[in-house]
Amino acid sequence: MSLLAVEGLAKEFGGLKAVDGVSFDVRPGSVHSIIGPNGAGKTTLLNLLNGIYVPSAGRIVFDGRDLTGAAPHRFAAAGIARTFQNLQIFFNMTALENVLVGGHLHARAPLAAAMLRLPGRAEAERGYRVQALELLRFVGIEEYATAPADAMPYGALKRLEIARALAALAGLVLLDEPAAGLNPTETAAIDELIKRLSAGGVTVILVEHNMRLVMGVSDHIVVLDYGKKLTEGTAEEVRNDPRVIEAYLGAAAAEA
Amino acid sequence: MLAWLARARTGGLAALVAAIVLLPLALTNNYHYEVAIVVGLNAIVCVGLNLLIGYAGQISLGHAGFYGLGAYGSAILTARYGWPPAAALAASTAGAAALAYLVGRPILKLRGHYLAMATLGMGIIISIVIATEDRITGGPDGMAVAPFTLLGYTLAGERTWYWVVGAALALAVWLALNLIDSPAGRALRALHGSEVAAQVAGVDPGRYKVLAFVISAVFAAVAGSLTAHYAGFITPAKASFLHSIELVTMVVLGGMASTFGAVIGAAVLTTLPQVLTLLKDYEMMVFGAVLMLSMIFLPRGLVPTLAAALARRRR
Repeated sequence: MSLLAVEGLAKEFGGLKAVDGVSFDVRPGSVHSIIGPNGAGKTTLLNLLNGIYVPSAGRIVFDGRDLTGAAPHRFAAAGIARTFQNLQIFFNMTALENVLVGGHLHARAPLAAAMLRLPGRAEAERGYRVQALELLRFVGIEEYATAPADAMPYGALKRLEIARALAALAGLVLLDEPAAGLNPTETAAIDELIKRLSAGGVTVILVEHNMRLVMGVSDHIVVLDYGKKLTEGTAEEVRNDPRVIEAYLGAAAAEA
Repeated sequence: MLAWLARARTGGLAALVAAIVLLPLALTNNYHYEVAIVVGLNAIVCVGLNLLIGYAGQISLGHAGFYGLGAYGSAILTARYGWPPAAALAASTAGAAALAYLVGRPILKLRGHYLAMATLGMGIIISIVIATEDRITGGPDGMAVAPFTLLGYTLAGERTWYWVVGAALALAVWLALNLIDSPAGRALRALHGSEVAAQVAGVDPGRYKVLAFVISAVFAAVAGSLTAHYAGFITPAKASFLHSIELVTMVVLGGMASTFGAVIGAAVLTTLPQVLTLLKDYEMMVFGAVLMLSMIFLPRGLVPTLAAALARRRR
């Protein structure tokens, strides 16, 4: 039984097929990576997987529910969280508040109770804050808890994205290039973070350019090229696939 | 205690209550009280409108319409149908909330500033209806409003109204601050910060924008209703497009996404014309210049700019 089933997913932008008939299954508890050269359609695919884009064709079934065409907040409610490559931080809030918004689905408060600050509300708020602080600690940036997000360094913001996604307590977390722009030490920390996530039972879909990171953490890899699925398999299988070497690793090797 | 005062929700509210309590020391005649009461009533509208503009990131160009609905609802229900003022206030506020929901629900599902256009139209329709349905509303001549009575007690006199409006303003600010500091308020601010990330966290943008719009309409209608009873006479000018623009200007000048900014903006823009009447013919010119200069030099509004300057100094 797969947690996420993607069937013949396609997205066209005015005739350009950014994603073209991609199918794959994600097993619960696995780290599933999506790789491919620039422009292969990886981010478009992620945007389809949580409703930011509506697919031109195909189906997305998560946890037995067909979510095709649903709004992003419905994907979130179903249990899919994500981070963004080009930081989508709430810069008008503190780090802690960013994480609190991440837990939005678990922090519903009746409006009247919230506005009148009825007994119990303050305690509930304290509870949310303790949990959010816990997550900041988990990703290693608790020292920024009360800092306005627009005063935080880039590396900390990348981790804040992850903490915010984790706050949703989602069954599936989509990580969009969590190591992009990070130095080797910070990348190693992300590597360890993904492993800890996976050990905690969270299913991860990872889009990443850093091959060392991908090969180290992935249980399964899907390779995209020009919007189509080129191949898929374990890290070992993908690494030795001549088509992949030609389309992706070969190009990277030629650059180096 | 110090930490308690440093927080905006508690410390700011304490400062506001202190200002309301101490202000009468500086008010020497009824005219002063009158200006202070109008400041308070406008501030209530602005605190609500700021939830929409500053936190939900939407503009309403028809808030005077909700204000007018509250004012005329109270006036008509008490004068023509003999309703008790408190019931009339509740009913006209509920009416404004329902209208806001009906207008906002379909529009706020869309991205962009369509609400501004829709509320512009809505506000104009409300003011035309008020001006033309003269058998009910008195038309352009306006209509008299019965005083506010509750449990046999009649609110009368500038000083009594000052305390009523002061308490209502403190209550409005308290409610707004509580909302902002709750999951719903954070959802609103998140939408402003990054709509896509907020959605991905499970925030339904339409739902929360409608919520802010309805709450802001409620604040405006309550203020309108109180204004009608306080003034004892209302004219369609209260519901005019010009008044809508004034309200938006107050919020923007005071500082968007700052509840106390909305109060300061209302205070400045209500008292400034009173002070500037000394300049006679040049009044509007100077008024316009003050607005332009403050937007050029304090683009984020009075309170956020000054708060940032203070924070820099302390460092």
